[in-house]
Amino acid sequence: MNLRKYLVLLGVSIFAPMGDSLLSYGMKQVGNISLHHPSQLFFAITNPWVGLGIVLLLGFFASYMTALSWADLTYVLPASSLGYVLLALIARFVLHEQVSLTRWLGIALVSSGVGFVTSGPELTKRRRSKHQHPEQIHAEVSR
Amino acid sequence: MMHLGDPLRAVRHLSNLHAWLAITAVVVSSSAGDVLLSRAMKKIGDLGDLRRRRGLLFVALLALRNKYFLLGVGCMTLSFYSLLYGLSWNNVSLIGPAAASLTFVANAVGARFFLHEHVDHRRWIAALLVGGGVVLMAL
Repeated sequence: MNLRKYLVLLGVSIFAPMGDSLLSYGMKQVGNISLHHPSQLFFAITNPWVGLGIVLLLGFFASYMTALSWADLTYVLPASSLGYVLLALIARFVLHEQVSLTRWLGIALVSSGVGFVTSGPELTKRRRSKHQHPEQIHAEVSR
Repeated sequence: MMHLGDPLRAVRHLSNLHAWLAITAVVVSSSAGDVLLSRAMKKIGDLGDLRRRRGLLFVALLALRNKYFLLGVGCMTLSFYSLLYGLSWNNVSLIGPAAASLTFVANAVGARFFLHEHVDHRRWIAALLVGGGVVLMAL
């Protein structure tokens, strides 16, 4: 793991919860959508908060694809869940919201899970891509 | 029928029903999308290296020509609209953590059986810790 890879994981961690929060804020303005009128879902994306949420989720998608290109799915998902912890810390120390004991316990569990998975290798099985040089693969495996 | 005497409870019940319907759809479509996208990216190779050597357009074309990538994006689109549907019925504090924590476990199963990743004790424990932690954070 190098700095670039940690930054990619940070991108996955930050963009997803921020995008979800903006979508939630926007959908509260749009209102309930009935299963009988699914077309309302398509018009929901014209709401500016939903639109901004989608932009952040595109950032998440780009970082996520990059991470999946050099790490296992079972490594990327837990390793990138630090975003939930970041959101709770922002809520407590920036927005001065009350964070309950159960939430702190949740933060401790998520952090332990992240620590557990990131202390191991990011890739357990290497498939050779026809677009990569053999030297690069050798260098990555021996890293 | 049993909620006729208590309209507030009936509305809450309907809201929860729609929310859990959406959560199920998000978990299934998002896990399928994750597995398909992971397979596509492993076939393509390190995107950072490829972008530096061949350019962004080459990487984009490579991804768009990969059937697993296209199927994965289709599943993710379904997951996105299911999420929007769920958020229109209930709070992000229920939908987000419930869908995320169940997706961690579903992905570990998917990665083990479809991607043949070596999901050892460390990764199972990590998936369960993160999933449980996300649920606690939503309480």
